[in-house]
Amino acid sequence: MSSPSGDARHLPAQRGGVWEVVIGMEVHVQPRTRSKMFCGCAIGELGDAPNTHVCEVCLGLPGVLPVPNKAAVEACLKTALALGCEIPRHTKFDRKNYMYPDLPKGYQISQYDLPMSINGHLDVGGRKVRIRRVHLEEDTGKLIHAGDKLHKAWESYVDLNRAGVPLMEIVSEPDLRSADEARDYAIELRTLLRTIGASEAEMEKGQMRAEPNISIRREGSSELGVKTELKNINSFRALHRAILFEVERQKQLFEAGDTVVQETRGWSEAEQRTFSQRSKEFAEDYRYFPEPDIPPLELDRAWIEDLRRGLPELPAVRRARLVADHSLPHRDVAVIGADRELADLFDGAVAAGAPAKQVANWIVAEVAPSGKLPSAQNLAELVKLVSDGSITRDQAREVLVESVETGRTPAEIAAEHGHKQVSDESELRVLAEAVIDANPKAAADFRGGKKQAMQALMADLRKRAPQANPKVANELLLKLLG
Amino acid sequence: MTDDLTQLTIKEASRLLRLGSISAADLVTAHVQRIERLDQHVKAFLRFTPEVWEKQADEADRRLRQGDAPPLCGIPLAVKDVLCVRGVETTAGSQILKGFRPPYTATAVARLFEAGAVMLGVTNCDEFAMGSSTENSGYFPTRNPWDLERVPGGSSGGSAAAVAAGEAMIALGSDTGGSIRQPAALCGVVGMKPTYGRVSRYGLIAFASSLDQIGPFARSVDDAAITLSLMSGLDPLDATSSDRAGMEVLNNFGAGVKGMRLGVPREYYDVKGIEPGVKSAIDAALAVLRTQGAEVVEVSLPHTDYGLAAYYIIAPAECSSNLARFDGVRYGMSEVDAPNITEQYLETRRKGFGSEVRRRVMLGTYALSSGYYDAYYLKAQKVRTLIKRDFDEAFKQCDAIVSATSPTVAFPIGSKTQNPLSMYLCDVLTLGGNLAGLPGISVPCGTSHGLPVGLQVLGPQWGENVVLRVARSYEEASGVKTQVADVV
Repeated sequence: MSSPSGDARHLPAQRGGVWEVVIGMEVHVQPRTRSKMFCGCAIGELGDAPNTHVCEVCLGLPGVLPVPNKAAVEACLKTALALGCEIPRHTKFDRKNYMYPDLPKGYQISQYDLPMSINGHLDVGGRKVRIRRVHLEEDTGKLIHAGDKLHKAWESYVDLNRAGVPLMEIVSEPDLRSADEARDYAIELRTLLRTIGASEAEMEKGQMRAEPNISIRREGSSELGVKTELKNINSFRALHRAILFEVERQKQLFEAGDTVVQETRGWSEAEQRTFSQRSKEFAEDYRYFPEPDIPPLELDRAWIEDLRRGLPELPAVRRARLVADHSLPHRDVAVIGADRELADLFDGAVAAGAPAKQVANWIVAEVAPSGKLPSAQNLAELVKLVSDGSITRDQAREVLVESVETGRTPAEIAAEHGHKQVSDESELRVLAEAVIDANPKAAADFRGGKKQAMQALMADLRKRAPQANPKVANELLLKLLG
Repeated sequence: MTDDLTQLTIKEASRLLRLGSISAADLVTAHVQRIERLDQHVKAFLRFTPEVWEKQADEADRRLRQGDAPPLCGIPLAVKDVLCVRGVETTAGSQILKGFRPPYTATAVARLFEAGAVMLGVTNCDEFAMGSSTENSGYFPTRNPWDLERVPGGSSGGSAAAVAAGEAMIALGSDTGGSIRQPAALCGVVGMKPTYGRVSRYGLIAFASSLDQIGPFARSVDDAAITLSLMSGLDPLDATSSDRAGMEVLNNFGAGVKGMRLGVPREYYDVKGIEPGVKSAIDAALAVLRTQGAEVVEVSLPHTDYGLAAYYIIAPAECSSNLARFDGVRYGMSEVDAPNITEQYLETRRKGFGSEVRRRVMLGTYALSSGYYDAYYLKAQKVRTLIKRDFDEAFKQCDAIVSATSPTVAFPIGSKTQNPLSMYLCDVLTLGGNLAGLPGISVPCGTSHGLPVGLQVLGPQWGENVVLRVARSYEEASGVKTQVADVV
């Protein structure tokens, strides 16, 4: 598709000043469907034997016809709605004509001048990034060359498992200003896609491909510079690094009095650099024209409204609510707001009566890193056991693990292990004295003014007695050392 | 006796089959014997399919014995080389597909197989259905059974000639600009192109996707109607197919034309290059229809002159894209010794495609190119809209449109091959129906200098019933019976 960064050719002013980075993103996302875009073939997995998910349609045999996959259209419309796009009444497919051995029909079915949606936006870190369009197309196959370099390969093999796999192309305007923003945009997009169930958007599995278009200009300039488009990016980390590299490369070119050539550049993970793939000096003529085998789609308004109503709470709305309703700190909002399952767990546990801040704390510190989710009911119960002083945090951690594994309730598990919290001062005083005796150096340090020595004493105390109420024990130590 | 069996209509043959007077095997044998005698002269067939017909004839006889014979049980069928039949070499009349055996059967063919038809073989055609004489076949030209020195028309010339010569009772063709109706006219048989979307195109090797339709050749309007009705309707494998009404023909199409208004477009009636003999045959046909109670009125299709130009932009544009898949990578001819992939493409396509196909691929590529798209493709689409509107307006004043199918009778082999434009003009009366997606039929309406003339009836979209009703009424009243050509 046309690239979002500009085509204007100009030399940024050679005089000093700060460089401004201008990035537009083209992101290809594989919608969650059972079958390919225009035939009934199953979507294979990475690493399946070549040409095992193919039929006469995706092989491009003579006389066969494409029939659009409704699930893919639906995923694309949901994505467009979640991005606040306008959905035109009419949309159509077009043929993009070029010959290549991984393209069985000699054309790719895509969308040209009447895409499924236009003019949306995605908020990234408080900034509004405009979305130009979201449209639907089909993937191509894959070439495997005997030998690692194409021009040296004696034989090339074609694997058409990917040919005809549906792809949504999400094109942003050139609104991003740094590698950080570009990465955050991609992550935010993935969060959105997962939240609405449109795609797994797993970059490592090839379900999401980000292609940034990058140019630089002197700050204050409103013109767009000559851009390069980066490909072969397989992770958010690679996206970030590739952009940093490319921006630096462009700066050095300009500062050496050179110019940037409009081209497609690949990112080499091994060498951590971009390299020229294909010059766009002479733009290829794709001879787009309306796909005659698929009648134009008239998008039923009632269907669109049904899809809109069916959308779950979107990440941005969810984050705003977490702040407004529960005054959660930014760190917690970032984690919980980014994952629909964590957010649902939070809402469930709070609804079950657990205090919001503690629930958030437990989710961010324990649940999210482990990736294993307890039921909302169980999490709520656990948080309550800790907050009413029935068990200690350390005990609660063990209980959580066991509860996730067995599905049993935290109260049951705690009772079985005899977990309880000891807050009795006379009992704890004996313990505190023993700790001070066993750690004469730490005790002396504390008395000498090194306040952080208390940490070592508390650690030893909790090791000796995990059931000790840390707050009471701490007060006793202070009193004894004072 | 056996030759008599090759003169029958479906109705007549079905009666004999059901009475047990003949078997499906007898019927097939009679046709095969006639083919053996005549096809060396006519050359309607590219290939014969004994492995298919033996099995299908056996099955037909089994079902006849069981008394559950489907409507086309045992009826000998010929299939144009653009329709894929599982396991049968299908080449679109092109060397580039030599040896290609599709692993699937076109929906239209599959439906006729289900209805009991017995496939005799694959018929010749212009390469990728591009032509009006079957001289562009990548294999050999087919001859007109009425005069072996003349063309059968095209592109479905093999199918038309097979039915005309008594080598098949019915045949399938495809019509992109007149490729069923024009050869039907030139060979003196009935040929019908349905409304775009009436018959699934799944398995039809595409020439121009927005214009292509599959239709039948037959010896009577009844036979064409029943064959068409059996292959029509929605197909989940073709997004442009439809199950719209309009095919309830067998109920009312014997109702005659009394009270109907038949429009004669003046641009068609006086089309440039129309032969006097053709014109007088059409006049006679109009007189017959009048005596049957039809009112004949003059109508106008003002954009007719631009139709040919628009057609020769749109059809090549689509073909340039449709034919891109013939790249020698996955099937068909492949010049694998080329030094690189680009040379492999170029060599394969240079050797595999004939000159007319190459000409249209180049024309279409040019018309879609950046900088020319608006002036050519887009303009042609606008003309197409105007032509549709012409028909819409005309159908406000009449129920059906009648004209000659072809301005000329069959012309001598070789007489137009040096001048592509003169060949393109063969379709001037038929291609409007494709641009507008309308149903049309050609029925025999006498002769000029001993060669058949065809009467074309066009109806509004989804108006097959109207078209068939007019055609049948004419056929009945005129007494012009489709004759089997006496070849040698």
